[in-house]
Amino acid sequence: MNNFLKQSWAGLRILLALTVLLGVLYPLSVWGISRIPGLHANAEATGTTLVAVAREGDQYFVPRPSAATLPASGGSNKSEINEDYTKVVAERRTEIARREGVPENEVPQDAVTASASGLDPHISPEYAALQVPRVARASGLSVEEVRELVASATHGTFTTTVNVTALNRAIDSAS
Amino acid sequence: MSPLVAGLLQVGILLTALAVVYRPLGDHMARVFSAQGHLRVERAIYRFARINPDAEQKWSTYAYGVLGFSFVSIVFLYVLQRVQSVLPWNFDRGNVSEGMAFNTAISFVANTNWQSYVPEAVMGHTVQMVGLTVQNFVSAAVGLAVAVALVRGFVRHQTDRLGNFWVDLVRGTIRILLPIAFIGAIVLIAFGVTMSLKSGVDVDGQVVANAPVASQEVIKELGTNGGGVLNANSAHPFENPNEWTNLIEIFLILVIPVSLTRTFGRLVGNPKQGHVLLGVMGVIWTAMLAVIWTAEANGIRPLEGKELRFGIPGSAIFADATTGTSTGAVNSLHDSYTGLGGGATLLNMLFGEMTPGGVGTGLYSILVMAIIAMFLAGLMVGRTPEYLGKKLGRKEVTAAAVSILAMPTVLLIGAGIAAILPSTQGALNNPGEHGLSEILYAYASASNNNGSAFAGITVTNDWFQSSLGLCMLFGRFVPIVAVLALAGSLAAQKKVPVTAGTLPTTGPLFATLLTGSIVLVAALTFVPALALGPIAEALL
Repeated sequence: MNNFLKQSWAGLRILLALTVLLGVLYPLSVWGISRIPGLHANAEATGTTLVAVAREGDQYFVPRPSAATLPASGGSNKSEINEDYTKVVAERRTEIARREGVPENEVPQDAVTASASGLDPHISPEYAALQVPRVARASGLSVEEVRELVASATHGTFTTTVNVTALNRAIDSAS
Repeated sequence: MSPLVAGLLQVGILLTALAVVYRPLGDHMARVFSAQGHLRVERAIYRFARINPDAEQKWSTYAYGVLGFSFVSIVFLYVLQRVQSVLPWNFDRGNVSEGMAFNTAISFVANTNWQSYVPEAVMGHTVQMVGLTVQNFVSAAVGLAVAVALVRGFVRHQTDRLGNFWVDLVRGTIRILLPIAFIGAIVLIAFGVTMSLKSGVDVDGQVVANAPVASQEVIKELGTNGGGVLNANSAHPFENPNEWTNLIEIFLILVIPVSLTRTFGRLVGNPKQGHVLLGVMGVIWTAMLAVIWTAEANGIRPLEGKELRFGIPGSAIFADATTGTSTGAVNSLHDSYTGLGGGATLLNMLFGEMTPGGVGTGLYSILVMAIIAMFLAGLMVGRTPEYLGKKLGRKEVTAAAVSILAMPTVLLIGAGIAAILPSTQGALNNPGEHGLSEILYAYASASNNNGSAFAGITVTNDWFQSSLGLCMLFGRFVPIVAVLALAGSLAAQKKVPVTAGTLPTTGPLFATLLTGSIVLVAALTFVPALALGPIAEALL
């Protein structure tokens, strides 16, 4: 016991010293470096397109369903054997098919499933294509113009995705 | 690009990067723990702590050091959370409740980083930086220190000295973790990870929480910690914005546990001894990746709980890396995985976190398992087993057995009680077999110091906060004390000369024996429980 207390006492002093180094100097130095102009926008997420939130109005592309309670992030954590949730997914599919005027079997997976963060900025090219006619109608842009905006918001090295946030802002500027 | 090609390409890039740093980092770590001199900043810390860095310790003093340091760390972190309301940058996130603060303090000190809290609502920036970030570093450094002490047990002869815990702790932090974390944080920011002292940012009229993410994100992965700065963890675009940061983060998770096998080989004077451990880790890790990936690609709702930018391969690789090490960060929600895919992430933890395991913990866990494997082989041929020139007698095998048995004991007792408590029913997020899997996963994660979750389960009641807290505590420190006792008795021995009867531990026979032991021990212990949860679900 005596040795334990002795070691704890040394441990407390080591902890305090390391807390100054790792808990104050280290994060504040990283923060300081993040103020460099080239990095600053990333660090503060100013005007970010990294996250998507749903926007009111038919002139916008709809992101994936979200289980997050903003400002916090989060997903549904629902398993595929959860029958209640299977009903929720089916209702989403019906609703989207009605909204876009397409058969239910054309609604892609990403449109009806909640992302892990609840802030997923991306939708699949298929889901974007599905929404083009409605967006064109409501925004007053031509289908061709909207398709071009979709194309310029489509990226990805390993997985091709469409950034909804960037796309909706492009629609704001175009219409 | 088809998902298969895209996934294989990502695995290829990842393995190439690991192969490139394997030798330099492994050799660097070996030098750090054998060097004689001290850096100026280290000397200043030793002077402040009033310790003599050149005085070596017996195993018991070394163990008291680990326990004493962890004890004061838990108290410090608990108090810090309990007084959050008076700390700066708290954004009206008040004092953390008693149960949550208790659980979180143990969790971060035990390198588990289980999260019963929603960071955006509970933890202010000061607690995250001054409390949680510090433990992200030092709990990993404790793991490194214990691993190195065990290796010294094999390398040294007829001595009762294992090194100095404070020196190992400080060097692991300052010479290994801190430099990589510092550079890594800047790289992550350049790739889009955020680093803000504000509470949130406006996105198209709604506020999304922000935080000093990058500095904590990098050590969260590098130290195989896993506690998210934000609730969605590495699924959150601020923590993991794109395919490249995803690969960088997976790399950070794996780099130290993998390279430590090189460090081990160097320290015992034969790199092949490390290669064989790495081979065993790699075989199991790859097999589990194949299971998770295939299962998820064939799910009913494969994209539920996954981010589109990572897709299924990017999610599966991360899931395998985070559960095969004791990290517990997630870039997708394992709770929404298929019976088979989710079951595989669970099994990855039940292997005892040694494929390749956490920082330090992975190495000492697989060495303990190697002792068990040699013991079993010795039983088969009726010969006293040896490993790395040391006899494995009653004392050594007992210590190894205690170390291996601690995790299943606390896990099964905790999960068993939780499963019959009436209050548990209301805590579950999914019905039937999957509900049981949520309970099993929680206790597996806590007892193995992983920290990931089938996160639908609500673990904020007093039973879960305290029982999971105790599982983390015993799952961490019982093996550590057993491993240090083992190191002590190994170091006291003479070196046994290699004879014709010595089983070589660098070849395929030993690798098979070790792989078999890892799989068998986990299977014999956990198949009954798994049969009722993920196995039943997969067969539905």
